Amino acid sequence: MPTITYRDALNHALREEMQRDDRVFLMGEEVAEYNGAYKVSKGLLDEFGPMRVVDTPIAELGFAGVGVGAAMAGLRPVIEFMTWNFAVLALDQVVNSAAKMLYMSDGQFPMPIVFRGPNGAALQLSAQHSQAWESWLSHIPGLKVVTPGTPYDAKGLLKSAIRDENPVLVLEGEMLYNTKGDVPDDEEIVIPIGIAERKREGDHCSLITNGKMVLLALQVADKLAEEGIRVDVIDLRTVRPMDVNLIADSVRRTNRAVVLEEGWELCGIGAQVVDYVQRECFDYLDAPVVRVHQADVPMPYAKNLERAAKPDAAKTIAAIRKVMYLDQD
Amino acid sequence: MAKTKSRPAPSRRRTRPADTGDVDLRREFLRSMLLQRRFEERSAEAYALGKIGGFCHLYIGQEAISTGAMSVLREDDYVITAYRDHGLALARGMTPRSVMAELFGRSDGCSGGKGGSMHLFDTSINFLGGHGIVGGHIPIAAGVGFAINYRKGDQVCVCFFGEAAVNIGAFHEALNMASLWKVPVVFIIENNRYGMGTAIWRAMANQDVRTHAASYGMTGESVDGQDVFAVRDAISRAVERARGEKTPTLLEMRTYRFVGHSMSDAVSGTYRTKAELETEMKRDPIQQLKARMQEAGEIDDEAFKALDDELKAIVQDAWDFADASPEPELDALYSNVYAEDSAVGD
Repeated sequence: MPTITYRDALNHALREEMQRDDRVFLMGEEVAEYNGAYKVSKGLLDEFGPMRVVDTPIAELGFAGVGVGAAMAGLRPVIEFMTWNFAVLALDQVVNSAAKMLYMSDGQFPMPIVFRGPNGAALQLSAQHSQAWESWLSHIPGLKVVTPGTPYDAKGLLKSAIRDENPVLVLEGEMLYNTKGDVPDDEEIVIPIGIAERKREGDHCSLITNGKMVLLALQVADKLAEEGIRVDVIDLRTVRPMDVNLIADSVRRTNRAVVLEEGWELCGIGAQVVDYVQRECFDYLDAPVVRVHQADVPMPYAKNLERAAKPDAAKTIAAIRKVMYLDQD
Repeated sequence: MAKTKSRPAPSRRRTRPADTGDVDLRREFLRSMLLQRRFEERSAEAYALGKIGGFCHLYIGQEAISTGAMSVLREDDYVITAYRDHGLALARGMTPRSVMAELFGRSDGCSGGKGGSMHLFDTSINFLGGHGIVGGHIPIAAGVGFAINYRKGDQVCVCFFGEAAVNIGAFHEALNMASLWKVPVVFIIENNRYGMGTAIWRAMANQDVRTHAASYGMTGESVDGQDVFAVRDAISRAVERARGEKTPTLLEMRTYRFVGHSMSDAVSGTYRTKAELETEMKRDPIQQLKARMQEAGEIDDEAFKALDDELKAIVQDAWDFADASPEPELDALYSNVYAEDSAVGD
């Protein structure tokens, strides 16, 4: 099975979907002649031409709105944000236009549009370029939000996003683009939106996570396996709609849960997961659920401070040991 | 600071008077404008009775713009506007029943009772809304133009917004891309001189809004928005330019709303004077057209009254229809949040 990067997985998904449906086009800053700020769109301009791979001015609100208008008129836009940090400027179009058009028109105007780009922190990009937006974006009815953590999931979820009749937000990760994974090239990979995946099977503790944190969760599971602790790693993959069934299935199996997320604590993804757990698994819990998340501060620049702010393996392991009552003192 | 209440110097005026068409066209215009007027007068009444809720922004005084504009569009062209949308929807061909039922929040409304006054939609006439965030729909119009070019079509998208939207970033981002990419869109500023209760001179450094066209390398024109024929002429030229040359145009329609911003503010006395209102109402587009037709012997008081009675009856019928239309089923609460037919696997 070929091993490819997350970046190439996205690139293949875009290419295949653009070949499959000529209504699909890619628009954003530096996507065409520059081949993408992170090279996700490499080669697409040459293959599909400037009408379908469109460089824009630096005007996130404007080109997000252009995407919405194109979708209203029957196209299937893929709008790339150089990062979701810049997409905050465009949220009026994402939240007020794309998410609500179908509902406000009572079904007359579907919105088959994808907004995608890297989300969350990379390395030392400091406060304005290091934010994980999934809890903000997942709050809005009308949107779907996917957060692929592996190359396979990146390809399968982006393809599904492009084929979906609804606005789908694809949150990628700058730190993920170079990661590698097995992605078969002899079959069509389309991952249903809204379905979580058990990435590692275990019966001692559930570790529920998404996006970039999936890799961290797997490292933690590997490390704890050496001590004989079997972690059930649940990758949400889609944050909205959230797969309550697999969360509940896992916690009923392990009776303990840690929720690991990249973003901040208050009103975070973990808060929602904990709510589902207490509703669905109250009688199964042997310990309060513990959350691991970013420190409640804007991201600092200095290496040591940044490290301290981010969720990491040590914090996650400590949380798992806590819910297993392994560190009683 | 001096209060510069005077309007900017008139910009390029065409010396040739506007084409006033034939008598049938004039009758059609009178009918269209008067229908909008009577419809909205009854809307105000329904609002006072609590049959219409929320925000309700009336178009009274601005009907020459909707009427003149729609008269030059093809059926397959696109129309998009902001929240002051009743008149434009009616002029485009939405039925009074469908609009009134929407205002009443009933299931037979054009948006199933889910949009309300600010969100009128109708795919069958390419009416793309009814948008509630000032300026938010201007980039959407550019996107519709982009899609027309993408499909190598020859339709045009006409986008209406108030002059206050000129102060928001979305306007500038949209005009830049529209001109850069040569999309067939006509941007129409309905300059009624007040953004809610803030006079243009209190909010805008450059009140000659047409001049923004030059910043983006497109044609701009200012038009007497109370003269339905001048409106028709200017929009006709812009639509031709869009269809033929694939270039956008920025038009300023100088108009005035004879009512408050919405139902909650006084018509005059707070942010504008009664004297100003009375002066502007002398240029009522409906009265101007009526006078012109009377002079030409094309309509007399009796015929006007017959038309007026007919339109009032149509509006009464719309009211009765809306009143009798059922409220949306409670199931509708959760319908159309998401499109159910996913294209996956097709």
